[in-house]
Amino acid sequence: MGILEVQNVNKRFGGLQALDDVNLNVEENTVHAIIGPNGAGKSTLLNCFVGRLTPDTGTVMFDGQSLIGRKPHEINQMGVSRVFQTPEIFTDLTILENVMIPSFAKRDGAFKLSPFAAVKAESAIRDHAEDMLGQVGMLEKRHMVASAMSRGDKRRLEMAMCLAQSPKLLLLDEPTAGMARADTNATIDLLKQIADSRPITFVVIEHDMHVVFSLADRISVLAQGHVIVEDHPSNIKGNPKVREAYLGDAHE
Amino acid sequence: MFGSKISDTTTLILFVIVVALIPLLAAPLGAGYPALMQFFAIFGILAIGFNILFGLTGYLSFGHAAFLGVGSYSAVWMFKLLSMNVIPALILSILIAGVFALIIGFVSLRRSGIYFSILTLAFAQMSYKLAYSVLTPITNGETGLQLALDDPRILDSARTSGQLPTPNLFGLDMNATRVVDVLGLEVQLNFGYFFSAAFLVLAFWIAMRIFRSPFGLMLKAVKTNQNRLNYTGVNTRPYTLAAFVISGMYAGLAGGLLACMDPLAGAERMVWTASGEIVLMTILGGAGTLLGPIIGATVIKFAEAKLSKFNEGVVHGWFDFLPDGLADVLTWVVAKFVGDGWHLTLGLVFMLVVTFLPGGLVEGARRIGGYLGRRGQKEDLEQLGSNVQGGKTTAAE
Repeated sequence: MGILEVQNVNKRFGGLQALDDVNLNVEENTVHAIIGPNGAGKSTLLNCFVGRLTPDTGTVMFDGQSLIGRKPHEINQMGVSRVFQTPEIFTDLTILENVMIPSFAKRDGAFKLSPFAAVKAESAIRDHAEDMLGQVGMLEKRHMVASAMSRGDKRRLEMAMCLAQSPKLLLLDEPTAGMARADTNATIDLLKQIADSRPITFVVIEHDMHVVFSLADRISVLAQGHVIVEDHPSNIKGNPKVREAYLGDAHE
Repeated sequence: MFGSKISDTTTLILFVIVVALIPLLAAPLGAGYPALMQFFAIFGILAIGFNILFGLTGYLSFGHAAFLGVGSYSAVWMFKLLSMNVIPALILSILIAGVFALIIGFVSLRRSGIYFSILTLAFAQMSYKLAYSVLTPITNGETGLQLALDDPRILDSARTSGQLPTPNLFGLDMNATRVVDVLGLEVQLNFGYFFSAAFLVLAFWIAMRIFRSPFGLMLKAVKTNQNRLNYTGVNTRPYTLAAFVISGMYAGLAGGLLACMDPLAGAERMVWTASGEIVLMTILGGAGTLLGPIIGATVIKFAEAKLSKFNEGVVHGWFDFLPDGLADVLTWVVAKFVGDGWHLTLGLVFMLVVTFLPGGLVEGARRIGGYLGRRGQKEDLEQLGSNVQGGKTTAAE
């Protein structure tokens, strides 16, 4: 039994069948990559896991509970965090505050009215946030305003924000999109280190094969809204179906 | 006061001192009379409350005057039915405004950005029109809600003759004023002002606590990136609703205080330009800062009181030293910007501030402070440089 089980998921936008009977089984504490050409439905599928989209039919089970019909904040409170394609952070706040917010959300739940508590007095939350920033190598920058950072740093900050909640499942939407090779490698190393240091499951959507083959324990290939192959990385490269999906009609 | 170096406690103490000294500080400016000083304090409270919503969450409400009006009506009804004591009146003002804010906020906060602003504007205009028409039995329509001699006043008992009673705090009249002579300056110590000022300090302190709390941090996060906050496990709706209700209660308190100072309530208090004025105050002073809104409210109320009093004759007096033709032209131009036309001046100043000082007057003060600080350092350096040069010349000699 996997931590994330997707069965017969369909999603249609007008005349476009974005997801066509998708089945997926993500084992606990593994890195599962979803690859596929542009427009294959990868992001649509991810959005069905986080509550942004609701599938027309089918089930999405996380840790034995259905995710269908739940709001994004409820799904997060169940232990699912998400990294966006373009880093989504709180640009007007300091880096430390950026990481304290998810820690507060984890401790206090979806809503807590605490107008007379002082952020300054929350040393446990601050220590935890500083610990997370240390793990992604950003501790010295913690008092900087987040908008002043490079894109690579914003990505690392977003990772720290997700890790602060100790999620069971971390969803990454093209974590290295638009990055230089050096930044990409640094991100791969960071992800590997995170995966090795704690019980956590990754679902990674990625275009960059270098990233996918460096990280993934298992790969699902999505084409035209359908999972055409799900296998171990070593078996994916030579698979004719995958070649066809990426390179067009192989018979020509 | 404008930097992060000064602690909150110091800021609060300085704030209390300034507020307590307003009667003395305002007197030389010709602003030391009770009605205007009360406005400083009351509209300060209103702007602080508005800033908790707009400054922290970024939700621009264009209907806050509705809560101000509701607060005033509630207070006057309490004066009519229960007692002229201001305490029950203010409690009812805050509660009723809170209930209104809960209902209006619940509906309006389903949308964000311009749609939210339009929804709040619509609700406020609706309240204004209702107060004029259907709700006349409660609001007394165009005349406005006023006290009458034969009001029941269960606790005070109705009067049958004599003057209308005045709002008081356990017998201390709000309009009690003592005139003190300070170095030849006539300083008016008005109880109503100090009563309102006490609430201003309380309102400021609560706002400060909210700004520094995890709750306030979440509100700031709503402003910066609501999407990320949702995916971080935070339900943003109750946060924004709580901010909206708190801010509505501040407006209710301000409305109640207005009625305490002058016990009548009219629908014009809820008209949309009144809502716009609250927005102007906050942005002019500096949205999202603690002191900005209070400064904005004070500046606008001061300018309103001063500029609207000037007329053509006064303006001509300023240009008397110039040749007749030129003086006439200048008078003709300037007169358009004072008196009834003082809104023109306000509009110009507002445009200048928004264009060149997006952070409001507080940012202006901070920039001047920064400039002076840098210049001070530069002078030190220059002095150091000239000393070194001096040393060199000595050595050469």
